[in-house]
Amino acid sequence: MLTCRQTSQLISESLDRPLPFSDRIKIKFHLFLCAACNRFNIQIRQLCVAVKMLTRDTEDDDSIVLSEDAKVRISKEVASASTSKHH
Amino acid sequence: MAENVNDWLNEHGDYLYRFALARLRDSHQAEDAVQETMLAAIKNNSFEGQSSARTWLTGILKHKIIDMQRKQIREQPVSDLVDLEADDTTMDDFFNEHGHWLERPKEWDKPDSALEQKQFLSSLSACLDKLPAKLKVLFMMRDVHEIENEKICKDLEITPTNAWVMLYRARMGLRKCLELNWATR
Repeated sequence: MLTCRQTSQLISESLDRPLPFSDRIKIKFHLFLCAACNRFNIQIRQLCVAVKMLTRDTEDDDSIVLSEDAKVRISKEVASASTSKHH
Repeated sequence: MAENVNDWLNEHGDYLYRFALARLRDSHQAEDAVQETMLAAIKNNSFEGQSSARTWLTGILKHKIIDMQRKQIREQPVSDLVDLEADDTTMDDFFNEHGHWLERPKEWDKPDSALEQKQFLSSLSACLDKLPAKLKVLFMMRDVHEIENEKICKDLEITPTNAWVMLYRARMGLRKCLELNWATR
């Protein structure tokens, strides 16, 4: 029988690689008996969803803008890069 | 060509910056990523107007972000790398010698209102920034970009086993931090 430590690691790995059938059965069996790991299993998946939400939230936040300073700097950099190309 | 850049910056600069900031989580690096994108855009101008300029620029930006994340990880001090890849004791904060949870995961409050949702995301944001830099970048690459594990390992020159262990640590750390900062307010 897997320990909670082994189970939590395998649950995390299952997000990154296909687990062998035998591991999946062992996890199922452990989750059947262990409320704490069940909660972990749910939360670790919620975490992925939440981080994607956070990313989208930042992307859609109109109050975050590229500063005028940065725009000027970038525009200068690009101008000097394109003139040096011609020489 | 260079005059296009000002149009692009005015029309899409803010969006590209937010896109980069959401992934790099650092304002200076996000600005640099936008600059690199503009430089690449005028250098090999392959934009032929089939897609929108924004889509085209975002495509370039995505590659620039991954380049920068790769650099973020490679520039870690060697001691950090050794720590993260070889040291297994970090998990001792979470489990006892029998492999049982030291503190069993607690039930999380569901963020119900829009305000609570905002608070939840800001807790998450703070927790992400508390992760060791390397774990943070790896976590963002995998769980936000959804880049294939195989490609990440090749890019970062780490073994798949190392990647799994580091992602496990990142998720454990994030979960715990969120529990402390959000769930049990």
